Amino acid sequence: MLSPESLKKIDREVAKYPAEHKQSAVMSALRIAQDEKGWLAPETIAFVAHYLDLQPIAAQEVATFYNMYDLKPVGKHKITVCTNLSCTLMGAESAVEYLQRKLGIGFGETTPDGRFTLKEGECMGACGDAPLFQLNNRKICAKLSPETIDAILAGLE
Amino acid sequence: MANTPKGQNEVIFHSIHLPESWKLANYLAVGGYDALKKVLAEKMPPDEIISQLKISALRGRGGAGFPTGLKWSFMPRNYEGDKYLVCNSDEGEPGTFKDRDIILYNPHQLIEGMIIGGYTLGAKVGYNYIHGEIWEAYERFEEALDEARAAGLLGKNILGSGLDFDIHAHHGFGAYVCGEETALLESIEGKKGQPRFKPPFPASFGLYGKPTTINNTETLASIPYIVRHGGQKFLDLGKPNNGGTKIFSVSGHVGKPGNYEVAMGTPFSELLAMAGGVRGGRKLKAVIPGGSSVPVLPAEIMMQLTMDYDSIAQAGSYLGAGSVIVMDDTVCMVRALERLSYFYFEESCGQCTPCREGTGWLYRIIHRIEHGLGRPEDLDLLDSLAGNISGRTICALGDAAAMPVQGMLKHFRHEFEHHIQHKKCMV
Repeated sequence: MLSPESLKKIDREVAKYPAEHKQSAVMSALRIAQDEKGWLAPETIAFVAHYLDLQPIAAQEVATFYNMYDLKPVGKHKITVCTNLSCTLMGAESAVEYLQRKLGIGFGETTPDGRFTLKEGECMGACGDAPLFQLNNRKICAKLSPETIDAILAGLE
Repeated sequence: MANTPKGQNEVIFHSIHLPESWKLANYLAVGGYDALKKVLAEKMPPDEIISQLKISALRGRGGAGFPTGLKWSFMPRNYEGDKYLVCNSDEGEPGTFKDRDIILYNPHQLIEGMIIGGYTLGAKVGYNYIHGEIWEAYERFEEALDEARAAGLLGKNILGSGLDFDIHAHHGFGAYVCGEETALLESIEGKKGQPRFKPPFPASFGLYGKPTTINNTETLASIPYIVRHGGQKFLDLGKPNNGGTKIFSVSGHVGKPGNYEVAMGTPFSELLAMAGGVRGGRKLKAVIPGGSSVPVLPAEIMMQLTMDYDSIAQAGSYLGAGSVIVMDDTVCMVRALERLSYFYFEESCGQCTPCREGTGWLYRIIHRIEHGLGRPEDLDLLDSLAGNISGRTICALGDAAAMPVQGMLKHFRHEFEHHIQHKKCMV
């Protein structure tokens, strides 16, 4: 269900915690599974639970509580824009407007070609670089303007 | 050119100007791990370290400002079994972004502080819980841990001293409430991040039910300085009861948003000038001095204050994590509060009814005021709601949702009244 590479990564996370507390690795395991599959289907969550000797509901609870897990398919690139106060003061609304126009989608939507999903996010803890978005749960793209947005999107596959 | 501000980059960001300051070799070159070496070579008694912390007046940098030396003294000394030290790098409160820079630019000082913490508290393992959205910091920290292990600074028999202590990074995945220390422990245990009842406090029943001390990133990264130079020198950097320097994260309408490490007690006006002043030469309207959950203060009050716990508290707000959100005269306070209230509504974990339901009420009422549908009785309703959430929930997220509302209505009530009466903004 998951590749040997992913399982190896999960094993590395499990080793961080006491042997009787494998559950501690469930957050990372779900993240690793999502990286491989693109999103967390119910059977992926169940697999992760089984791998860590947990009831499926234990992994399901975690997957539904933390908002960086995707419980539905997303585009190849997920763009999560912070619209909280510090970002809004620095022009997040214009950045959102520009992104929505450029991609032709609203929050929570995916482009028809499956390349981009746009999401509204909460504070990323990088307000000094506002306005910003997070790309694919990995990279904070800072000080957005039409020019920087164009450059970032042009650099993506 | 003005003189260098007092305490600038003295404790945490002293090497930030150096290339690749995060590398072990570069940290060692500026005296890194000397504090740990001193502790191990002198077999410094844990009581002596705690007493230096008490002298230093180091207070928790995560927002609560609790004296660190006192917190460390709560850990049971003769407990047989595992104890834990946990670093809280889960900063997700709007306006807060200092721990990210500490981990990115000086991760080894945090590691050194945590090892000294493990030694003092008798913990063999530490976890650093890193905010989910800052993956680059998580990776940087993992690399620093590998470097430290390879150099014999971390793991079994540290530097041949017989001390065993290891650290692991735990990656969050998007939940503001996990910055609350008991929710954070639940999250490390692999559960939903819902805060626990206190008591029991983590010092007696923490991670996996074992005695646990939880400190903020900046707090732990300050420890090596105190051990190396003594508590008194740290205290002297700041002012009585507010020792040391503090990293202030300045965001919003300033010329140069960013992190500024200066002495506790630095006048706000000086901090504002360092951050480039109000953007575009506009007029300062208001400041949220300690992160989105503390009450807002109008410009005329703020300009009189110094940046330390006691000064801000006397003005009716909190220093919090030192997260300063600056707003100029173009800002509509109803709109600002609407966005903040949405945040708490979105992030409430749903465990306590007053918070789960109350944050939704707050948001919906402010939303309708902002959109011209406010009713004359709404302001009293907001007051009543905020009062009924405060102090009636397991954790402080309820208070965090109520305080911005109370602060806005105290200082900018007229803007809300104007919105309700004229169905539009006065700004």
